[in-house]
Amino acid sequence: MALFEPAEDQITADTIVVGGGIAGMTTAIETAEIGKDVILIEKTPSLGGRVAAMHQYFPKMCPPTCGIEINYKRIRPNPHIRVLTLTEIESVSGEPGAFEVTLKLSPRFVNEKCTACGDCEKVCEIERDNDFNYDLDKTKAIYLPHLMAYPMRHVIDPAYVGDERMKKCVDACQYGAIELDMQPRTITAKVGAIVWATGWRPYDAAKIDNLGFGQIKNVITNVIMERLSAVTGPTQGKILRPSDQKEPTRIGFVQCAGSRDENHLPYCSTICCMASMKQATYIREQYPDAEIYLFYIDVRTPGRWEDYYVTKQNDEKFHFYRGKVAKITEGTDGNVILEAENTLTGQITKTEVDLAILATGMVPNNVEAPPPLETVLDDFGFIAPDGDKGIVGAGVANRPLDVSASIQDATGAALRAINIAGRR
Amino acid sequence: MDTKVGCYICKGCDIAQSLDVDKLIELATGEMKAAVAKSHDALCSKEGLDLIRADVESEGLDRVVVAACSGRVFPELFEFGEKVLTERTNLREHVAWCHEPNDEDTQMLAEDYVRMGIVKMQSSEPAEAYTEDTSKDILVIGGGMTGLTAAKAAADAGYKIVLVEKEDHLGGWATKFVKVFPKHPPYQELEDSGVEQLIKDVEGHDNITVHTSTTVAKTAGQPGQFVVNLENGNGGKELTVGAVVLASGWQPYQAEKLTHLGYGLSPDVITNVQMEQMAKEGAIKRPSDGKAPDSVAFIQCAGSRDEDHLPYCSGVCCRVSLKQARYVRDMYPDAKVYIIYKDIRSPAQWEMFYAHAQNDDGIFLTKGEIAAVNNGGGKLSIDVTETLLGEDMKIEADMVVLATGMVPSTFVEGAKGWLEGGSEPPSPDEATKKVGEAEGDDAPDGEKKAAASAEEGAGILNLTYRQGTDLPTLKYGFPDSHFICFPYETRRTAIYAAGPVRAPMDLAISANDAYGAALKAIQAVEAVARGEAVHPRAGDMSVPDFFMQRCTQCKRCTEECPFGALDEDEKGTPLPNPFRCRRCGICLGACPERIVSFKNYSINMISQMIKSINIPDEFDEKPRILAFVCENDAMPSVDMAGLARLKYNSMVRIIPLRCLGSMNTVWVSDALASGFDGVVLIGCKKGDDYQCHFMRGSQLADTRMENVRDKLKQLVLEEERVELHELAISDYHQIPKIFDDFLETIDTAGPNPYKGM
Repeated sequence: MALFEPAEDQITADTIVVGGGIAGMTTAIETAEIGKDVILIEKTPSLGGRVAAMHQYFPKMCPPTCGIEINYKRIRPNPHIRVLTLTEIESVSGEPGAFEVTLKLSPRFVNEKCTACGDCEKVCEIERDNDFNYDLDKTKAIYLPHLMAYPMRHVIDPAYVGDERMKKCVDACQYGAIELDMQPRTITAKVGAIVWATGWRPYDAAKIDNLGFGQIKNVITNVIMERLSAVTGPTQGKILRPSDQKEPTRIGFVQCAGSRDENHLPYCSTICCMASMKQATYIREQYPDAEIYLFYIDVRTPGRWEDYYVTKQNDEKFHFYRGKVAKITEGTDGNVILEAENTLTGQITKTEVDLAILATGMVPNNVEAPPPLETVLDDFGFIAPDGDKGIVGAGVANRPLDVSASIQDATGAALRAINIAGRR
Repeated sequence: MDTKVGCYICKGCDIAQSLDVDKLIELATGEMKAAVAKSHDALCSKEGLDLIRADVESEGLDRVVVAACSGRVFPELFEFGEKVLTERTNLREHVAWCHEPNDEDTQMLAEDYVRMGIVKMQSSEPAEAYTEDTSKDILVIGGGMTGLTAAKAAADAGYKIVLVEKEDHLGGWATKFVKVFPKHPPYQELEDSGVEQLIKDVEGHDNITVHTSTTVAKTAGQPGQFVVNLENGNGGKELTVGAVVLASGWQPYQAEKLTHLGYGLSPDVITNVQMEQMAKEGAIKRPSDGKAPDSVAFIQCAGSRDEDHLPYCSGVCCRVSLKQARYVRDMYPDAKVYIIYKDIRSPAQWEMFYAHAQNDDGIFLTKGEIAAVNNGGGKLSIDVTETLLGEDMKIEADMVVLATGMVPSTFVEGAKGWLEGGSEPPSPDEATKKVGEAEGDDAPDGEKKAAASAEEGAGILNLTYRQGTDLPTLKYGFPDSHFICFPYETRRTAIYAAGPVRAPMDLAISANDAYGAALKAIQAVEAVARGEAVHPRAGDMSVPDFFMQRCTQCKRCTEECPFGALDEDEKGTPLPNPFRCRRCGICLGACPERIVSFKNYSINMISQMIKSINIPDEFDEKPRILAFVCENDAMPSVDMAGLARLKYNSMVRIIPLRCLGSMNTVWVSDALASGFDGVVLIGCKKGDDYQCHFMRGSQLADTRMENVRDKLKQLVLEEERVELHELAISDYHQIPKIFDDFLETIDTAGPNPYKGM
């Protein structure tokens, strides 16, 4: 309930959850619904994390915002949750059961009086790259993170806060919500347990030299594909290839792009097979004649996900090829040529497509921002089991997981944390 | 009871620029008889809130209508004490932002919303928590890795646990495994499961009572008050618990059915379970002659990913075979191991375990399909086709190990819904009929009832619920749930499945899963003690009230409740179990006699709202459309349409419902009798991939369309005056079209002849 900027300089809770994506939100809500106090911090301006940028979930092809809204609905009236956005952990001291956490609150430059009416946006003359849409379109310098943001409040890109032209926004706001001189704050939180749910980022596809991302326009990644398919995306949900906005008719999916590869990510991200089949379904729905070519090493669809794979195998426009794509080159008319190698015979097959989608894997954010204390990470940056030193991992901070498994992990993390924080 | 309503109109966020606010105030105090009506430039500001608070205090208001923005915005601000009910009338997203400003029709729309807001407050009461003495103890069924972990996790949190295990010892499958696959970096070496220590911890735990050689004969009652009868051969024991964790585990798929893979052909064709047992006993020997094998072949997906057997993937067998290959190689360094697979599925960091096996010269991994397994006398030979090289292969081995999959213990042999879709355990009085039904059941997929009758159920929970003995399931016997977003939420409140009974999973993940289910069980006992609902209406204190004098024993409510909340007496009168209730209101929608109501959600409340709407007469050319929308998904979607400033037809009046399944057809009659020209219902997706948060609500709304059509016939009205739409929350952009198209349909049909009558 009580969210946003706390008036006090010290706050307390049973558990602090770091990361407001689906895992962190889940841990926080599940904790609060027991009646334990929880602080949920998120470094971006809104809750929602990576899933908020997904078009649909596999295998039900349902919008992530459906579950996110229910979670917001659970947060709103709950007196045990405190949500702090634009907040990061600066340092941690103490021990399991009694941690003291220093929190850095970055300024939003928009206070709690904001009603998200958008008057400021109308007069704002500055545009910025829209990171929510992977920079494929623009927002104003003052913007709503997305239509399902929580809190539903504008934010100013700090890069432009000093720009004279922002004063127009201040004048346009009838509520006195814009404070260009808002300062960062540091507060402390006394908590019994820390849950680390900082999630993942997509592997940087530009590092995979042979696959042409960044050089060949019509080679995109799976995360970009989600935005190209969503109504709130840069193409309003119409799937068009980037070079000429043409409707693609032959689409290639490149599985294990940088995954299961000792030069990049040696592990398997577990979601990419299902994600590619899901994205192919977006395409097949928009373009019933489109042909799909999916190149894989192993198709990994465990449990009931197998049913989804079977439905795709039964689709005559769906072509599965076993072989790793070794090289992508540019053809004529913006087309893309995929060279796949049969790993046993060495035989090379070439396939020309309009659009190629690289199924890139997940890199834990722990790599760049490791958890505090001496939390043990494995070689890839995931939190190793029993290595947590009182810090409980949740979701992809622990292991590459799909949404369902992240929620499973995050629900359990709530109880692990409660048991660290102390008996009832 | 007389209520005193204050109505507050916000002028901010384009409302005052679009609407005549003074007229709205006049309407509120005049026609609508609000005690107070005021406007303010920004009700969400401190001054705005102070204005309302001062009136609540000085005027003794007990109902407040905040006619401003969506109730999804600033809900925490507009709370004026426990005794004051607040209604958020949405003049911003639903009026000012999506309709022509200063237009007669927009003003009429706003006026109708103010009318509805005030009437809603006049016809609802604050919900009071319903509490009784409840138990916070938790029953854990199953003493394997999952059950042990769940028991310990909840016991560590201070809860009393009763752990029931049908075998005479704890540990389940984990005690039968020599090693488990790696959990720790660098993810190459086999590890101990740790089950022995866990058993010790559980047996020595002050908060845990263990019952081995015991089963659950009967589970009666409701969350917080489950009365459980345990049976251990020497008589029974009755106890009361608050919640249940169902961790009854899995069984291997029956290898006897795998004769096409050579099972039964020779004693040397064994399953992975037999292989584990052999390894546990200390030596892997060829069963036919006790000889140390020179070669062992593993056949993956034995009966899995196979539509004639288990269509799903058990997710563990690839890693199990890689593990057992290691047993063989460690025991016999010269032995060769063949693994014949469709796809190797070693997710996440287990890829490193696979890579480690690939580096072993003695392990040969081959993709292929099995054409035949032959007994060559001495050695077994396997014909493999569809290999990567495109050539057929023959592999000879001393032993063949079939990597069989996992079947949930809740699986009921012969259950009809198993492959086709989900299953609903039938009610006891229907059981006989269901069992007799022929194969050619024409119910749509996902609707087929299973043969899991009271007599033939899984026999684990043995619920005494009117709707049957087990958890309703999805395909393959796994419990029905929103398995993506809310995987633990079953359709039996406070009973949570965990481990392989919920979905196929390995030991480490099962232990993790146990924490989640234990957490949910704790949550349920705490919520029940406070008199609050659990997910998805967590914290809701309203409970349905049944005016039994008017009940005709039609059984619709007892049949339709997705959560089996209602039992029945012999005559068919519903017996409510308020702690099982999830407050969706589906019973309210089901009841033809209109006897079900919540204090803050009732037939009367919605009927009064409908009747409050001003219907212009037929010569005004202002048709009126009533839209009943699901408040969980469609309503936020309408909000987003407003946020995106999409314009839509201002002839539509929207009433949110707790679930479209809670729509009572009387409201449609009320609307048509009041002169509405059409009614549009917008809810979530139904069917196998349903999105309804109450699981069955959308399906039931669809079924009720039958009754609606009958009603229309009775009234001699065109069928097309009522439409049902499915709308995903993200499809806000489709809202204008749904309304426009419907208006066109209504235009063709002409005005409702009952208008003005």
